[in-house]
Amino acid sequence: MTLAVTDFAVVMPEIFLLTMACLVLVIDVYLPETMRNLTYQLSQGTLIGTALFIVAMYPTKPVLAMNNMFVSDQMGALLKLFICGIVFMAFIYSRGYLRDRNLLKGEFFVLGLLATLGMLVMVSAHTFLTIYLGLELLSLSMYALVALNRDSAQSSEAAMKYFVLGALASGMLLYGISIIYGVTGQMDLAAVANAIKADHEHHTALVFGVVFIVVGLGFKFGAVPFHMWVPDVYQGAPTPVTLLISSAPKLAAFAMLMRLLVDGMQHLHADWQGMIIVLSVLSMAIGNLVAIAQSNIKRMLAYSTISHVGFLMLGILTATKTGYAAAMFYTIVYTLMSLGGFGVILLLSRAGFEADKLDDFKGLNARNSWFAFIMLILMLSMAGMPPLLGFWAKWAVLSELINSGFMWIAITAVMFSVIGAYYYLRIIKLMYFDKPEDTNPLTADNDMQVALSVNGLAILFLGLVPQGLLTVCLTSLG
Amino acid sequence: MFADLPLLSLLIWLPILGGFWVLAVGRNDSSAPVARAVALLVSIVTFVLSLPLFFAFDSSTAAMQFSEKLAWIPNFHIYYSLGVDGFSMPLIVLTSFMTILVILAGWEVIQYKVAQYMAAFLIMEGLMIGVFAALDAILFYVLWEAMLVPMFIIIGVWGGQRRVYATIKFFLYTFLGSVFMLIALLYLYSVSNSFDILAYHKQALPMNVQVWIFFAFLVAFAVKVPMWPVHTWLPDAHVEAPTGGSVILAAIMLKLGAYGFLRFSLPITPDASHALEGMMITLSLIAVVYIGFVALAQQDMKKLIAYSSISHMGFVTLGFFTTYMITAHSNPASAAMAVEGGMVQMVSHGFISGALFLCVGVLYDRMHSRQIGDYGGVANTMPRFAMFAVFFGMANSGLPGTSGFVGEFLVILSSFKANFWIAFLAATTLILGAAYTLWMVKRVIFGKIANDHVKELTDIGARETLILTILAVTVLAFGIYPAPLLDVMHTTVQHLLEHISHTKVL
Repeated sequence: MTLAVTDFAVVMPEIFLLTMACLVLVIDVYLPETMRNLTYQLSQGTLIGTALFIVAMYPTKPVLAMNNMFVSDQMGALLKLFICGIVFMAFIYSRGYLRDRNLLKGEFFVLGLLATLGMLVMVSAHTFLTIYLGLELLSLSMYALVALNRDSAQSSEAAMKYFVLGALASGMLLYGISIIYGVTGQMDLAAVANAIKADHEHHTALVFGVVFIVVGLGFKFGAVPFHMWVPDVYQGAPTPVTLLISSAPKLAAFAMLMRLLVDGMQHLHADWQGMIIVLSVLSMAIGNLVAIAQSNIKRMLAYSTISHVGFLMLGILTATKTGYAAAMFYTIVYTLMSLGGFGVILLLSRAGFEADKLDDFKGLNARNSWFAFIMLILMLSMAGMPPLLGFWAKWAVLSELINSGFMWIAITAVMFSVIGAYYYLRIIKLMYFDKPEDTNPLTADNDMQVALSVNGLAILFLGLVPQGLLTVCLTSLG
Repeated sequence: MFADLPLLSLLIWLPILGGFWVLAVGRNDSSAPVARAVALLVSIVTFVLSLPLFFAFDSSTAAMQFSEKLAWIPNFHIYYSLGVDGFSMPLIVLTSFMTILVILAGWEVIQYKVAQYMAAFLIMEGLMIGVFAALDAILFYVLWEAMLVPMFIIIGVWGGQRRVYATIKFFLYTFLGSVFMLIALLYLYSVSNSFDILAYHKQALPMNVQVWIFFAFLVAFAVKVPMWPVHTWLPDAHVEAPTGGSVILAAIMLKLGAYGFLRFSLPITPDASHALEGMMITLSLIAVVYIGFVALAQQDMKKLIAYSSISHMGFVTLGFFTTYMITAHSNPASAAMAVEGGMVQMVSHGFISGALFLCVGVLYDRMHSRQIGDYGGVANTMPRFAMFAVFFGMANSGLPGTSGFVGEFLVILSSFKANFWIAFLAATTLILGAAYTLWMVKRVIFGKIANDHVKELTDIGARETLILTILAVTVLAFGIYPAPLLDVMHTTVQHLLEHISHTKVL
């Protein structure tokens, strides 16, 4: 076990993030209440710094470090950049909300940074242990964040539910990992892949292990039938935390899925393909149908997330490079849309008012036509209307499905998309066709307004010229 | 002179960017006059720019003209590829022409969020022109779908009582139809490795595949036309839409479905079209005859015109899908006549139905009722309006000398070559169309003044007279001398018939 200096160079972004998170924690303790903004600024600086390190270390080919525990490749670097960017935006959106509720404490930012660290570790993991390490760091930070507003019974309940189910999921994942380890005797994902390829005797045991790993992944993604925590946690958590849970961790979960199922167990592809199909179709069905019945927008977006997860997993099941690229593109696009969607909820909420009912969107066009337009773009994009970014995500996945001959799954997917369009349209209906009930002016910080506008317009303009992002996703998978 | 200008791109992007300009200048309701003026300016400039398409069009070739091709997403062979032929060119000019009238029609009536109303129509104009001009399947699909959004908002914001129901029904119906087309297009990509529509025309396909693709396209286009039995969204959407929305729906959007048959269904799946011609002809005849009877029973003027639209569009699809039968029993010249008849019917119906919806709009603005029973004797208080209403009513029932006659006549005449009974059933529309249209005109316009509200009506002003005069002149012009319209599409029709006479089954 020796570590070279080059090993540390590869892990530099993570080391920087960890150091800074600890620093922010310590500094925050000594800050007077009036200077709380410094914590915010330091956290944002940390994320920018981490992103700069990632760009500086951008790999041209996969590099293993830390005794093969850690891999730095283009897929990882791209996902990490997006994770940092999304968390950065999420912090901007959250500040006003937290300040209004007297929650603007150092804990939010420190836990957010540690969760980000967990995600980065997951993305770059190259052994079962590193994956688990990153996952737990992310999850534990998130459990605490959900309970951030400790006086709220709803938040505490959500945190408890999240914790119990999350622990169960981690247990499942560990159980699956231990079975695979038991058969192959390897922790290193590349070695696991080789061992599985060479192994012809223990197929049943391996598939048994894969089942539990897929269950664990399903929990983390929030795919049906392991989705029960999603709506409750989305609704119960303070909106900024919901925003954090619904966006960046999906990128990390995608990376985890790629590392485990594709890098580690590609030779069992025929076995996990069927499981993914079931999870996908069920997620699209339940997600889209149940979302229609919701009256709370956070809950509605939770079911919407479930349906998007179903759709993006379809890209994986083709088991081709382009299919993975399509799924990755979908994941990135989804996080951008989700970020914007919760951003608008945060924009509408103010001290003493949550704006989490669908009816709170009534007449938004009459109150503020610009942000109604931004929300229009976001909702249509989620529904998959061209020329917005969400359409290209669906298009990429459908295209791969049809190229690989999964015609019926593609048809199922578009049918559920049409059903899903209904509840997104309903938001537009509330914003544009109904009269406002609430006539208070929107009060949000300028930086938030600018960030949200950029977020919405990015969905529009990247939709007009999707070539760049599509190409980046394709090339990063080699 | 126009060869160097990217004319089609201008026609697409000028109204779209113009729409955003209108939004920018008209942010509050006090600046509504500026928004109206800018919108009118943009629509007139767009129309003027579309004229060179007509005058510089080379009607001796069926090749795509005014072509443009830029890489859009080259990784997936998606190109920003535009061009027009004899099918799309007249429809583009029609679109830019009708948009001006629609903007004028909403001049005084629309008082809520004027800029958004005007901008929605301009953006929709750009998208619709794009659909007609697109030669790349994904570009076509993107514009085709994007077009739904402004219409959804127009109906939902400025529509009538049940506007929310109507607009969501409209959206979901069309969206459901379109996604199957997307699947078909993606399948064609997986076979041909290209999204070029013209390459699809040449792509050989086995029969069973052709049938699947034909049905996928059929769902998309039949909803849009609309054909019986997927027409139920149209009466709702028409009734609830504001006048301008109804005009664009009837005049342009319905044409998109019929255009789709010409651009996709017939040339890409000729053998399936041939095999399924019986079904298509039956559906068209049901639309013509059955929907004609349904129109007869309507109490709501807008609903009546909506059903009349479905019935008239039945002629268009009938003209397109009888071609195989005509060619088999007679000569290709008659088949060409059927397709040309369908095309003329499309353009003519655009003018006439648009005009009729504007007429209803005129009445609705004054009385806020669309019920036939609330009117009677309007001619006494609105003589100038009555003249126009009667004229357009006559045109709708296919009076010789109006453009409504030309298309119906060509289709009926050529379908005699296919089968007597088809022609016979199609010809019943001459009676039915006259019956429902003129009966409505009689009940609304003529007779004694029905009530005090009618007594207080004021005749149409200069703006409304101008709009209706322009339309009346156009309807008469194409009715008396349809040759320019027929000339531009003749070669393209010949080429299409030549193309679909060859089997693509290998």
